[in-house]
Amino acid sequence: MAENVLHLENVTMQFGGVVAVNNLSLDVNQGEIIALIGPNGAGKTTAFNCITGVYEPTNGLVSFYGEPIARNHPQGKMKAAYQGYNSEMYVNMKPVVHTPDEITKLGIARTFQNIRLFSKLSVFENVLIAEHMRAKQNFFSAALHLNGKEEQRMRKRAMEILEEQNLVQYKNEIAGSLPYGLQRHLEIARALATEPKLLLLDEPAAGMNPQETAELGEFIVEIKDRYHLTIFMIEHHMDLVMKFSNRIYVIDFGKLIAKGTPMDVQSDPKVIEAYLGVSEDG
Amino acid sequence: MRNTKKRDWILTLILIAIVTVFLVYVDKNMHYSMLASVIQKAAIYSLLAVSMNLLNGFTGLFSLGQAGFMLVGAYTYAILTIPMKQRVNVYQYFDGGLLKFTVPVVVGILAAGLVAVIFAWLVGKPCLKLKSDYLAIATLGFAEIIRAIVQWDKLGPITNSSNILKKFPTFHSILWPVVISAFCIFLIILLINSSYGRAFKAIREDEIAAEAMGINLAKTKMQAFLTSAFFAGVGGAMLAMFQSSVQAKSFTSAMTYEILLIVVIGGIGSVTGSVIGSFLYIACSEWWLRFLDDSQTYLHINIPFMRGGFRMVVFSVIIMLIVLFYRQGIMGTKEFSWQGILNAFQRFKREKAGVDNG
Ligand SMILES: Nc1ncnc2c1ncn2[C@@H]1O[C@H](COP(=O)(O)OP(=O)(O)O)[C@@H](O)[C@H]1O
Ligand SMILES: [Mg+2]
Repeated sequence: MAENVLHLENVTMQFGGVVAVNNLSLDVNQGEIIALIGPNGAGKTTAFNCITGVYEPTNGLVSFYGEPIARNHPQGKMKAAYQGYNSEMYVNMKPVVHTPDEITKLGIARTFQNIRLFSKLSVFENVLIAEHMRAKQNFFSAALHLNGKEEQRMRKRAMEILEEQNLVQYKNEIAGSLPYGLQRHLEIARALATEPKLLLLDEPAAGMNPQETAELGEFIVEIKDRYHLTIFMIEHHMDLVMKFSNRIYVIDFGKLIAKGTPMDVQSDPKVIEAYLGVSEDG
Repeated sequence: MRNTKKRDWILTLILIAIVTVFLVYVDKNMHYSMLASVIQKAAIYSLLAVSMNLLNGFTGLFSLGQAGFMLVGAYTYAILTIPMKQRVNVYQYFDGGLLKFTVPVVVGILAAGLVAVIFAWLVGKPCLKLKSDYLAIATLGFAEIIRAIVQWDKLGPITNSSNILKKFPTFHSILWPVVISAFCIFLIILLINSSYGRAFKAIREDEIAAEAMGINLAKTKMQAFLTSAFFAGVGGAMLAMFQSSVQAKSFTSAMTYEILLIVVIGGIGSVTGSVIGSFLYIACSEWWLRFLDDSQTYLHINIPFMRGGFRMVVFSVIIMLIVLFYRQGIMGTKEFSWQGILNAFQRFKREKAGVDNG
């Protein structure tokens, strides 16, 4: 069996009285394309935020290649307010907290449901910023431009990504002025520039027509192979999910309601019920 | 490509030469003129505005602590550089003060920046986590508190309490403030165009995305904050040298707003804009619009509202007009470039030719 990349165990995220993610456990293995689906407000984006360090889960464990990257149990006021399960499980284990930039350095990159480019910067700069975190330089050497070699390496690397992604022609365009589809593409290119092992895509096909959606599917498979990635994506477009994902996790109201191959999930009555009355693009 | 680079270098050198000759001329022949005074103050304010712009315009951190860091810089410089013989005189109520040594001017200016950095670190540690508006309030609060602390009696042997500090070395030539400011601004431009400068801009554009790209928010914000404070401290020291005296009560929040106004007029996110804004603002407020504060009689009519303070009213109106109709400021986020100047010049020539022909 392929190596485990991402492992979530009893992850619960509670905001005040709202349990956005409830006791979620799942696994993503090397080289897979895994989809996370569920109606709007089900807690999919929140789950991504727990993985990437934007939120600290209230309870549970997230590990990446076997190393815990987030671990917590209800503390302080949350002890009494906690509405989830398994609150005792992690009490004796030291909480693990990582900031989003540390998670990125470990090798998890992401895109956002609402595109978040550096919209006033050029396409080239958007990609180039990814090189900052691993650059061998300190504040003074960089500020005084004594890091010529390193700066050149960063620029070369960013150019390579743009070339590989056929974005060179837009190099000097302002990111915010690109058409929507290209902005989506640039956001993925920018994530690739951080050299991730695991790529999280939050509704990459949002706002795309069926033709563009199909092309996106091919594109995801292509980058997965080219950069040896594992892909975990949130998606509403069922045709995309059914055709390109190896396995699917379905959540509703923060809870896992089904998992399995596209075939299994498609015919699962719970899934049909959850989606009843909700349009595919919902 | 190489040729334009060479051309830009030559043009820059020519410009520097012309400016230097002009400054030397002004310095030799009209050292005490209004022009000389405006050049010095505007040069210093350029640095102060660029340092504020580094935070507000390039990193997107809305901080209002500028006057506080300037005060720290001005006091550090003054306290360290007053000659020993003069101390009895300056610290007359405090037995000649506590300090028993004097440092050279260069060391004094560097110390001004470094002490401002120390204070910035203390303020930044808890405050940089705050959301934008709260950061502004917290830094404004710091500036007010530091002004009160400096005037505290118990600190008199060091700060001379609320008494004036003077007799420290000042500028002998108007070239000095221009050269030091220009050098500091040059360093800031290098920083902005470096990998760290890009990280600052990424944070300004979108904090969450910046973090997702591996940029450590706390660390990077602190770097911008400390750098800005360093140059605010140096600017404060230069302001002290220019005024040849320092008193805490002049470093009010109005001073911060003045610099903020310059940044806004010039263009938030443009170094060139801040420099142009400084010269325009200082020339207007110290010189060209001075007449607004004098009650005068034009054609035998005494204009009733022209009196002390009217200048500030006019300024307030200008700010409102800029904010309402011209939010970009003079430069927006654009910067000076020779190519830009040449293009504009060519456009002008073509238009003129068109007019002549038609
Ligand atoms: N920071 C937050 N504070 C409070 N509630 C939140 C927060 N983030 C998300 N939620 C709530 O969590 C639930 C799940 O949201 P989300 O994860 O965005 O759903 P989706 O599956 O559509 O991506 C929603 O009810 C939302 O209101
Ligand atoms: Mg979502």
